[in-house]
Amino acid sequence: MIGFIFKRLLQSVIVMLTVALIAFALFRYVGDPINNMVGQDTTQEERAALKERLGLDDPFLVQFGRFAKNAAQGEFGISYQHRRPVSDLIAERAPATLELSLLSALLAIAVGIPMGVYTAIRRDGWLSRAFMSLSLIGISLPTFLIGILLILLFGVILRWLPTFGRGEVVQLGWWSTGLLTASGLKALIMPAITLALFQMTLIMRLVRAEMLEVLRTDFVKFGRARGLPDRYIHFKTALKNTMVPVITIIGLQLGAIIAFAIITETVFQWPGMGLMFIQAVREVDIPIMAAYLVMIALIFVVINLVVDILYYVVDPRLRVDRAATGH
Amino acid sequence: MTLLTIDGMRVEFPSRRGHVTAVEDLTITVEPGEILGIVGESGAGKSTIGNAVIGLLEPPGEMTAGAIALHGERIDTLTDAQKRSVRGARIGMIFQDPLTSLDPLQTIETQLIDTIRENLGVSESDASGRAVALLDAVGIPDPDIRIKQYPHQFSGGMRQRVVIALALCGEPDLIIADEPTTALDVSVQAQILDLLKGLCRDRNVGMILITHDMGVIAETADRVAVMYRGRVVETGTTAQIINAPVHDYTRSLISAVPPPDRRLDRFPLVTYIEDAQERPEGLDLATHWLGQTRDYGAASEELLRIENLHMRFVTRHSIFPSRRIFLDAVKDVSLSIKSGEVFGLVGESGSGKSTIARIITGIYTPTSGSIQFAGTELTSLKTRKEASPWRRQMQMIFQDPFSSLNSRMRVKDIIAEPIHFHQLADSNAEAQKIVNDLLDVVGLGSQAAGKFPHEFSGGQRQRISIARALATRPRFLICDEPTSALDVSIQAQVLNLLKDLQQELNLTMLFISHDLPVIRQMCDRVGVMRNGQLLEVAETEALFNDPQHSYTQHLLKLMPVFSEGAAKFGTG
Repeated sequence: MIGFIFKRLLQSVIVMLTVALIAFALFRYVGDPINNMVGQDTTQEERAALKERLGLDDPFLVQFGRFAKNAAQGEFGISYQHRRPVSDLIAERAPATLELSLLSALLAIAVGIPMGVYTAIRRDGWLSRAFMSLSLIGISLPTFLIGILLILLFGVILRWLPTFGRGEVVQLGWWSTGLLTASGLKALIMPAITLALFQMTLIMRLVRAEMLEVLRTDFVKFGRARGLPDRYIHFKTALKNTMVPVITIIGLQLGAIIAFAIITETVFQWPGMGLMFIQAVREVDIPIMAAYLVMIALIFVVINLVVDILYYVVDPRLRVDRAATGH
Repeated sequence: MTLLTIDGMRVEFPSRRGHVTAVEDLTITVEPGEILGIVGESGAGKSTIGNAVIGLLEPPGEMTAGAIALHGERIDTLTDAQKRSVRGARIGMIFQDPLTSLDPLQTIETQLIDTIRENLGVSESDASGRAVALLDAVGIPDPDIRIKQYPHQFSGGMRQRVVIALALCGEPDLIIADEPTTALDVSVQAQILDLLKGLCRDRNVGMILITHDMGVIAETADRVAVMYRGRVVETGTTAQIINAPVHDYTRSLISAVPPPDRRLDRFPLVTYIEDAQERPEGLDLATHWLGQTRDYGAASEELLRIENLHMRFVTRHSIFPSRRIFLDAVKDVSLSIKSGEVFGLVGESGSGKSTIARIITGIYTPTSGSIQFAGTELTSLKTRKEASPWRRQMQMIFQDPFSSLNSRMRVKDIIAEPIHFHQLADSNAEAQKIVNDLLDVVGLGSQAAGKFPHEFSGGQRQRISIARALATRPRFLICDEPTSALDVSIQAQVLNLLKDLQQELNLTMLFISHDLPVIRQMCDRVGVMRNGQLLEVAETEALFNDPQHSYTQHLLKLMPVFSEGAAKFGTG
């Protein structure tokens, strides 16, 4: 177990170094960093001095090492556009994105798994068929369209919910939360549903397919043959076996939700990292783009590590040790 | 009072193209403490009976006629909830494959205790005590320690004991055992059958034993029902069915079982089965394609020589050598196979027989040791190109006829593939001619060429595998359990074919099997393997009549014997 985690950590470090290299290349070689920082009227001498001071004349490896070291401490330099440290900007924007993403993920899991289980157990019920048809819509309509339709219906026609922004936020230390005010919660509803809908249908279909598979296995049949009630078979035997493959996908999807919150944030003008990233792309604000890239990679790596550890918790067959192989 | 009565039962599976009747007009009874064997080949409807009794027919299957009564009380008309209370508490069921019958994510303890509490409604501590007692009763050592373990920590035989304990949790009066030992080794099979017999006797439990294996029936059952295509063709006491079968099907079924006590020239075919095929007699090697370039120079006495072969697999990788765990699948094996000989390798699962076959064919590279084929050291051939002419001379037939043929290729392409690969034909047309020829040789006929593998039965697919193996004109054929996935009547056909081909083409054969009677029929010499070691090599008749090694004696003793007057072998 410890050896395994050590191996995965080592792999994670390699992944992060690779991503950092790409981010660094972006930073250093897409356009001239000096040009991006200074105004039109800066003299050639001043430019050279700045280049010298920023260490842009140093060998490649030294520069990359410095970048990686700073990145590891969360330092990605100064945003060209905002003239403030990127780390401060991210810290400011992260709560909005994380609140939105985690709530969406929670929604997707809390609704998707029970729907998947239900459609697997009552395969031919009319409600199952309705869920399956609805899920087809959820999986085929693009996120931005769903967002716009929701805005049209609940924001413009019914005027129930705000169409943009986070509403009022409360400051808890450095973390700003919209979960404690009525307007903050109202503002969260539509973006969260928009972001969750695709994942929800994906999880539902995945759980359904896996569950149907498990319900066909011998041990489920044997469970029925020895008189165990359906409730037990469905939830204690089948669901647990269903979760083993589902965990991986849910883990990866959680990363995807955070990374691809960009579109939802743009549609709802949600003041999160995704919106900041889109603006950074528009303004060629390389430090923000580099930081965003590294951060998303870190999130994926951490989630994958957690998923691998969860596997061990759920599946005893992976806990192979000397004693077990002896039999 | 009669425990179970099934009267005139019919089970149908409605489908769009009309109803398929799986079981027709079935009438059987089981008394308390009695073991009723139901025997038949695949598709005979045996398992459907078990599922119907326990009320778990796979939809859309349904019982459309007849009655099932337990202690005189109808159980087929109960509601679903009532049927559930019959399952487990009054009828227990044991399935074929112990590796898949247990929930892999829960401890044995949880599975046992939950089942006991569900069926008997006792307290947790009471159930826990009963669970340990049950494990003890089914012969699991240290039950109070092992109960905390997960299914994957048990061996196949031990898992089947756990399955039996689970089936006994609700203290049922009737047990339905569906092929309970088919997935197990012969020594484990004997133990499980003894256990089942003992349980029925001690607890006065009736049992329906469903199997395809006449040997199992002979060892275990009190009475037998023989099934063919959904109908019972004959019932009687075990002795009567085996010694004086009345129905033609029973007779041919019994005659097709390879006798363990004597060597036959050919296997009697089950003529009752309509699709029993015979192939054209004899091949004239002087003119036939298979005869060309068969002259491999001076025929050396010894075709294959294996010396000190060792194969080690790493089962746990670690950067520290001391923490690595190894499995020595083959330990210091030396043997030689003479030209034109059929050499048998026999042993239980995990004994290393298949590993040897894979090393010879080059699928695995041995850790150490030498393999000489017709005087050439195969382990010294490094490139594919160098090895190719030797690989062409040896071909392999695999156990599973369903997974060893590419289901997306037509039969003619499957067989032509090795011909093209080794460039044995000048043109496509010539290759097709050879393919048609080979299909005739294995008794399928050239009309099979355009079909896909799924259009054939297991036995026919195995014929396709044989045709494919012959397509390179090999002189050495490795058969790895070629008939263990087949019904006994089909097995007889395929073994006859292999025997004929071996004689006509003067093939040298390595024949791997766990089935001693089959080995006796097929092989000239036999090697016995256990845990990667070759324990004993002897002429077949000598081995069966006078086994030297104690393990061989043990194996022979366990061999199910059912024909009358056949003395058990070995010294016991």
